[in-house]
Amino acid sequence: MKKSPVPLLQNGLRADGRAPDQMREVNMAVGVVSNADGSAVVSYGLTTAVAAVYGPREAHPRHLALPDRGIMRVRYHMAPFSTKDERKSPTPSRREIEISKVLREALEPAVVLEQYPRSRIDVFIEILQADGSTRVASLTAASLALADAGIYMRDLVIGVSVGLVDNTVVLDLNGLEDQYGEGDLPVGYMPNLKRFTLLQLDGAWTRDKFLEAIGLAVKGAEYVYQKARDALKNRYMSIAEEIYGR
Amino acid sequence: MYFVTPRQLIFPGDAVATADSRVEGPVYLDNGKYRSLVVGLVEFRDDGVVIVPLEGVYKPKRGDLVVGYVTDVLATGWEVDVKSFMPAYLPVGEALHKHVDLETTPLTTFLNIGDVVVAKVKDVDLTDEYPIILTLKEERVGKVERGTVAEIAPVKVPRVIGKKGTMLNTLMELGCDIVVGQNGRVWARCKDPRDEVFLASLIKKIETESHVMGLTDRVKAEIENYKKTKQQAAV
Amino acid sequence: MASISPYGKRFISYLRREQIKRLLSTRYRVDGRGPEQVRDVEVKVGVVKTADGSAEVRLGRTHVVAGVKVGLGQPFPDAPDEGVLVVSAEVLPHASPYTEVGPPDESAIELARVVDRGIRHCGYVDFKKLAVEGGKAYVLWVDLYVINDDGNLVDAANLAAVAALRNTQLPAVVKDETGIKLGRNNKSPLQVEVAKVPVAVSVGKIGGVLLLDPTFEEELSLDGRITFTFSEDRIVALQKSAGHFTQAELETALDLAWRGRERFASALKDVLG
Repeated sequence: MKKSPVPLLQNGLRADGRAPDQMREVNMAVGVVSNADGSAVVSYGLTTAVAAVYGPREAHPRHLALPDRGIMRVRYHMAPFSTKDERKSPTPSRREIEISKVLREALEPAVVLEQYPRSRIDVFIEILQADGSTRVASLTAASLALADAGIYMRDLVIGVSVGLVDNTVVLDLNGLEDQYGEGDLPVGYMPNLKRFTLLQLDGAWTRDKFLEAIGLAVKGAEYVYQKARDALKNRYMSIAEEIYGR
Repeated sequence: MYFVTPRQLIFPGDAVATADSRVEGPVYLDNGKYRSLVVGLVEFRDDGVVIVPLEGVYKPKRGDLVVGYVTDVLATGWEVDVKSFMPAYLPVGEALHKHVDLETTPLTTFLNIGDVVVAKVKDVDLTDEYPIILTLKEERVGKVERGTVAEIAPVKVPRVIGKKGTMLNTLMELGCDIVVGQNGRVWARCKDPRDEVFLASLIKKIETESHVMGLTDRVKAEIENYKKTKQQAAV
Repeated sequence: MASISPYGKRFISYLRREQIKRLLSTRYRVDGRGPEQVRDVEVKVGVVKTADGSAEVRLGRTHVVAGVKVGLGQPFPDAPDEGVLVVSAEVLPHASPYTEVGPPDESAIELARVVDRGIRHCGYVDFKKLAVEGGKAYVLWVDLYVINDDGNLVDAANLAAVAALRNTQLPAVVKDETGIKLGRNNKSPLQVEVAKVPVAVSVGKIGGVLLLDPTFEEELSLDGRITFTFSEDRIVALQKSAGHFTQAELETALDLAWRGRERFASALKDVLG
């Protein structure tokens, strides 16, 4: 493994000054793409994902439609200017295609597809800036956009990453830690139902470190979930207040 | 037992009540608890709790009045977009009163792509190839040739009509024909085409500020103001 | 691959099209504007920190982000001592219910090429200064990203591109034993000639009435569209992208576009400095 140009952990703090169990600054807004049925932008530090939802709408081509439930189409894609160094080719890479699939499978358990037979729900996610943890920021953005579209969901799905840096479990990997750390474990979590819908891992983990990381992921997801609720409140609270008066 | 309070904003996954309670609206049962499926508002009624969604696609019901766009001409009918999650079907037998010979008369002579119809939902059957069947064989339905269609979120339709039709009656003071489709499309025709633009902007306003207290009065005032300005301009 | 007439994909009801036409014949638009009026326009730079230069433009509800990435590459054979400009455009599937997933379609490619031609020959960027020793050259990758499409993408994308170039920092060229490469720790501003900034202005025609800054709905009702790109007091690019024009209409359209130029140029004033 290549050595990091700067120490990843020093005196208990990470290269960007965070404690191991600390998220970067989290920002979210709902309803940011006016043409879409639902949309959201989510940033964890520099990492920024914009999600737009169209549908449920008629499934095209028709032979893909299912008679008893809707189908989902999810696209994760990175902008050519989203990475720090060279321009990224806009052609979808194998990595982007795989992430699109795992994100779809992370969202499907939450969406009540049986409500929308013969139709399709499109979820488009674009990474405008990448600094680690892009797939989990995408997941949070996508679930907010689905809720904003009024699509029936059993719960929100919150994404966070945990990783292993100098044999310490850390929350919310940035690009540097992603590149030079010893392990990466992106997680998707339904906070009310307490179920995991996205789990991937690379690196080498002991059983103990893995379980510690899962615990930290839940803690991180609960923190991000409160921010997600705030973002939905910002969009919808005014309506609630206006109905009933302040 | 309820876990919510009246007038509360609620999100997907939030617990609403225990399974022995009365809960209506988009909720589901999980481990003995009702949970919300949507971003919505909690309303307490005499016999239980109702979750009112704040967004969402139009879910057609038999008997709904809808405003649709013809999107395709098929062998024996038309495909009509009614802003739902699947297209509706208008069979030729539900569109025309007299029999036509389809061998000699192209269907496009009656309705073509882009045409606008006010229609009734005749039937909804999700197991059908075309689950939504429309009809024009009713009062006050048919193809519309002039006017404008304002698009709003289907969940906001009750607000455009208002309690006992108060908002709609207020809008009628402009002297236009108005049809509110349950699917979130409002058709209007006025004598002056600029009145249609004003009316469409009012309907948009009702949608975005749909729940402001006293909105009906404010809309009334705007209409008065508009009429006055117009009269002065005419003088 | 051939170009096929668009069919059925983008939809406007007959009623709406008639309404737009009827109102325009009284010089009034469905959103309340007059034919010569441009929507609110906002230009912001430095919005993407991972890019070497970036900008975002909101023209009404149309939202375009431009990101510039600087690379090292081979100059074009016919201009061996000049840097290279590559403009690409992607209308994201986010942008409207009609956008499909996939490589840029013909209208996105046209969008990129119209913006490209405006910038390429007007002298806003001095490509001669972008040659690098050893037969290499700087490559300016300008990626135009349409996030929400409410019409008039060309004018908005052009503003985003020129603003992003103004915001661009060129990484230094570093030499080591493996050859030359870019060092992103040491950057200097890309020099642009602000006075020569190209401004694209599209003119639409609906039922004989010429108008500026068409919305998405108006674009679906167009009988003609033409884009003029001006730099200083000259036309540096032109594209008729729909319908037909008489000579008299062309002249009127040119004058109208020239007046529209003022509006866009003033929106750029703050970011160009």
